[in-house]
Amino acid sequence: MSLAIELENIDKRFGAVHANVNVDLQVREGSIHGIVGENGAGKSTLMSILYGFYHADAGTIKVFDKECHFQDSHQAIAIGIGMVHQHFMLIDNFTVLENVMLGAEGGYLLAEGMDKARTELQRLAREYGLDVDLDATIESLSVGLQQRVEILKALYKGAKILILDEPTGVLTPQETDELFKIFAALKEQGVTIVLITHKLREIMAVTDAVSVMRQGAMVAHVATETTSESQLAELMVGRKVLLDVTKSDIKPGEVLLKVKQLNWQDQHGVMRLKNINLDIRAGEVLGVAGVSGNGQSELLQVLSGINPIQDGCIEVHGNSFTVKQQTNAGKMREFGMAHVPEDRHKMGMITEFSAAESAILGYHKDAELNNGIWLKPDLVEKRCLDLMQAFDVRPNDVKLKSANFSGGNQQKLILAREMEHQPEVLLIGQPTRGVDVGAIEFIHQRILDMRGAGKAVLLVSVELEEILSLSDRIIVMCDGEITGRMAIEDADERSIGMLMANAQQAHDPLQANEKQGVQA
Amino acid sequence: MIEITSMNDMWLTLLLTLDATLRLSTPLVLAAMAGLFSERSGVVDIGLEGKMLAACFASATIAHFTGSPWLALLAAVAVSLGLALVHGFATITHKGDQIVSGVALNILVSGLTIILGLTWFRQGGQTPALTGEGRFVTLDLPGSELLHSVPLLGPLYKELISGHNILVYLAFALVPLVWWVLFRTRFGLRLRAVGENPKAVDTAGISVNALRYKAVMIGGVLCGIAGTYIAIAHNAQFTRDMTAGAGYIALAALIFGKWRPLTVLVACLLFGFLQAFAMRIEGVDLPVIGSIPVQIIEAVPYILTVILLAGFIGKAIPPKAVGRPYVKER
Repeated sequence: MSLAIELENIDKRFGAVHANVNVDLQVREGSIHGIVGENGAGKSTLMSILYGFYHADAGTIKVFDKECHFQDSHQAIAIGIGMVHQHFMLIDNFTVLENVMLGAEGGYLLAEGMDKARTELQRLAREYGLDVDLDATIESLSVGLQQRVEILKALYKGAKILILDEPTGVLTPQETDELFKIFAALKEQGVTIVLITHKLREIMAVTDAVSVMRQGAMVAHVATETTSESQLAELMVGRKVLLDVTKSDIKPGEVLLKVKQLNWQDQHGVMRLKNINLDIRAGEVLGVAGVSGNGQSELLQVLSGINPIQDGCIEVHGNSFTVKQQTNAGKMREFGMAHVPEDRHKMGMITEFSAAESAILGYHKDAELNNGIWLKPDLVEKRCLDLMQAFDVRPNDVKLKSANFSGGNQQKLILAREMEHQPEVLLIGQPTRGVDVGAIEFIHQRILDMRGAGKAVLLVSVELEEILSLSDRIIVMCDGEITGRMAIEDADERSIGMLMANAQQAHDPLQANEKQGVQA
Repeated sequence: MIEITSMNDMWLTLLLTLDATLRLSTPLVLAAMAGLFSERSGVVDIGLEGKMLAACFASATIAHFTGSPWLALLAAVAVSLGLALVHGFATITHKGDQIVSGVALNILVSGLTIILGLTWFRQGGQTPALTGEGRFVTLDLPGSELLHSVPLLGPLYKELISGHNILVYLAFALVPLVWWVLFRTRFGLRLRAVGENPKAVDTAGISVNALRYKAVMIGGVLCGIAGTYIAIAHNAQFTRDMTAGAGYIALAALIFGKWRPLTVLVACLLFGFLQAFAMRIEGVDLPVIGSIPVQIIEAVPYILTVILLAGFIGKAIPPKAVGRPYVKER
């Protein structure tokens, strides 16, 4: 079989970062080819070079046996390469049709191209099962449907090769299944698919071949059927990785966090939290599953005291807070609550600060760091160094700017800051988002250590595997409501997936989504 | 009999006020359309004022020396376009702050026109007053004298519709054209897209910078026409800071009209009417209230815009990427 893509010796630097080191890649025509690697391994950069978005410093690109020198994406599109970016490249207030046409309008006036585009899109939709209302605006569509628009966009522009960057990160398991069905239809029609992901299970499920990247270089090319998840993980990280964590048996103690009838409305008047009730005992991890944007962020922000309580009651270690008895983030810390925010760059640290400064945020009033009105810099730095050693943060340079640490090391520093303070209740949002496999293993172990030390942990994550491997009990959130509760023994991915899409209302969540899109 | 005469008088007064409204709205419409192109592409254009003022000076100067309004227009457009390119170079090519660049242009032009005026003409920063030729003259539409005697409609046609100079007609004809370009052409689709999500435009293989330069340049041309109108059609010479905030009012109209051509036109007419109204009642004692200070009426456009921005009259949602330079590499 002939090759769709052939890359030789691709090299790319961004300043001091060597993003791609002498990379080779061969993708057979009509196959589904996976590219795996940790965050920052250079996968996205490589694909952006193939798509003409960045220029390689060295190396050759061959597409369908023709050597290409892309000056911009237009040329890559012209030769039949389409890309679905991790963050969708859509104009929110444009209709689906306008979005698809952008860059392929077919003439100076829109009217002539529009009818042609409509007929062509209807054909594509039929052929590949990509139904979506062409006149709906993007902002009215669910994330799954927006992704379809991205795929349609690429196909409309004549893509024979489709590159998808982390396509399943924002999807429910059911939507993911649906996406994989679309892959199958595309493959049948001879489309070549390049799938970039860090989810090894997906690689095993859909790909024909897989290439592994580590620190900018290709470390292996293997046929999927000859490999396994653990082997791929080992290749990615460069050492053996324990994918499964083992939990010790602990008898849960007293209730440390209790939430009663919590409601919360955002500034636009949308109810983000609806009648939330939950409690967590000492020595227990409560996992909160759900597609991102279904109230998990709001829950963390109200519980941690960042947003005021509007209705309901929060009890921390016997101290209760209500609308009348308000609290704030600083007070919550004093009452033994620690919070590792979902977005470490926005809320977890100040990226322009040094590591030492980021490591005392929120605890900067600690008596031991202060001398009357002044902070004691040497003590601040010593605190940071202690945290870095305890959590293996690299490099252990307290003066380095927070932004210059890798995602995993930033996260470890924040976890260290919050955990080393020995809180009674720990709220954690997306502990391993954008964190490499090696650090994930470490972070998971630390969360279980907290559990072992008799703390109550609320774990919010969009990674279902993470929830399943760490939690004692699970709640599922959808549209601000708790749509399901279960003990870990009764939990499985499929049933949680149904609850994430709130499938009690409509039995097939995908159809429910579609209906939503068409009506909007 | 007397009642009919006073009815006619009131009608005429109204028509004259509306007529003044059209004349005062013209530079606002031109400048607001200039700002619309620029901001729809994602480039804030607070330098409308400066570009217009430079165009005023250029057109008055060239009209004085050549006696040709058309050459004056050409020169004004060239100068304004040059300034637009400076703004583009600073903010598109070099990703500079758009507000800072725009304000810098305004300050530069405000000072430079006075200095050049003083050295070249020695008339206290003004250019010499233009006589008949050298200005854009009013056009009397055919039949305006003939229809004059028709009651109500006759004066309407003669006073309001006929008797403006060509730039006024151009400005108002421009608005539907802008609408058509924005919503019915490929350029318009791409322009709207680049102001919302430049990265999406870039990944579609379209040059973000080229689009933004085009938009900024169109803005420059329109500001050139607006300045020409102010200096040698509405007035007959350049005077210090003669734009008197028209660029800012146009910006206010752009926001008030929510970046849509037709609603922006309505906002320009409203603000133009307020100016005309202020001129008409200046010094006039009204029953009960007495005389209203002109400044209060002149402040109304800004007050309305602030109220709008505070969210009391619907919501003004600017193009999402406006004000943010597009940086491609990570």
